[in-house]
Amino acid sequence: MPTIVVDVMPKSELLDPQGKAVSGAFARLGVEGFADVRIGKRFELTVEGEVTDELLAEAKRVADEVLSNSVIEDVVGVEVVE
Amino acid sequence: MTVRIGVVTFPGSLDDRDAQRAVRIAGAEPVALWHGSHDLEGVDALVLPGGFSYGDYLRAGAIAALSPIMAEVKDAAAKGMPILGICNGFQMLVEAHLLPGGLIRNDHQHFVRRDQKLTVENSDTAWTNTFRAGQEIVIPLKNGDGGYIADDATLDRLEGEGLVAFRYAGVNPNGSLRDIAGLTNEAGNVVGLMPHPEHSVEPGFGPDTAVAMRSGIDGLGFFASAVAAVARVAA
Repeated sequence: MPTIVVDVMPKSELLDPQGKAVSGAFARLGVEGFADVRIGKRFELTVEGEVTDELLAEAKRVADEVLSNSVIEDVVGVEVVE
Repeated sequence: MTVRIGVVTFPGSLDDRDAQRAVRIAGAEPVALWHGSHDLEGVDALVLPGGFSYGDYLRAGAIAALSPIMAEVKDAAAKGMPILGICNGFQMLVEAHLLPGGLIRNDHQHFVRRDQKLTVENSDTAWTNTFRAGQEIVIPLKNGDGGYIADDATLDRLEGEGLVAFRYAGVNPNGSLRDIAGLTNEAGNVVGLMPHPEHSVEPGFGPDTAVAMRSGIDGLGFFASAVAAVARVAA
């Protein structure tokens, strides 16, 4: 079944405490070469049947209105994965 | 007239009974309301209590903010009913766009529980009118997702319009921007904050004070304020 994948990230200008904690762990482990870590969310919306334009538009709507909070997060991707 | 204050219970609410008790101690009648209903049962004011509704899944307060009763809560907010969101209730008010900004994981990643000093910044709201502006109070704080954030333009507007209701004093416990602990809307009827006034309403069960252990009752002023606000409207 096709899946619509929605990716949501904390706004780049805002603090991401979870990403910061992982950065801290990298530093303790001696992992080098990564200037920053940010943690987002991936939603997989499973579709029964075909992904129509209407359904994709609906996915974009819920991505903006439910799956993310535009004050603190950005929807960075809504795409169909077969 | 007995003021009736509704307390909405959501799946995962923890402090609904404490909020009911605080309402009772303040001389009002608590009315237990249910998230799945569309009936506010004619209450004069509302409390959205603390807890971890829906396990904080998605974002803290996000799924609860989509509950059936929130349609009526939004209507009541627009009509001027005093509404207080405590902790998870504050997160719901933010998610429902009744207050601006957002609440994210504490900057230090740890759950924090402490008796917290606050400065009352705005004493003209339905929930703060028994305090004076600049007054320091101490009430318990307990949260994991209490970091208040908004963009600079929103923060400047909040400060410029006097919408910061409470600020953390002494210690900023969670990385909240500009030490913001609680907000009011423009009309002053909708107030939200992370700390818990309902846990500081009865001698013997509140924060320690200089006078005696657990004697702090600074939270009672919130509920007394709402009773006064409702009485003033009725008069």
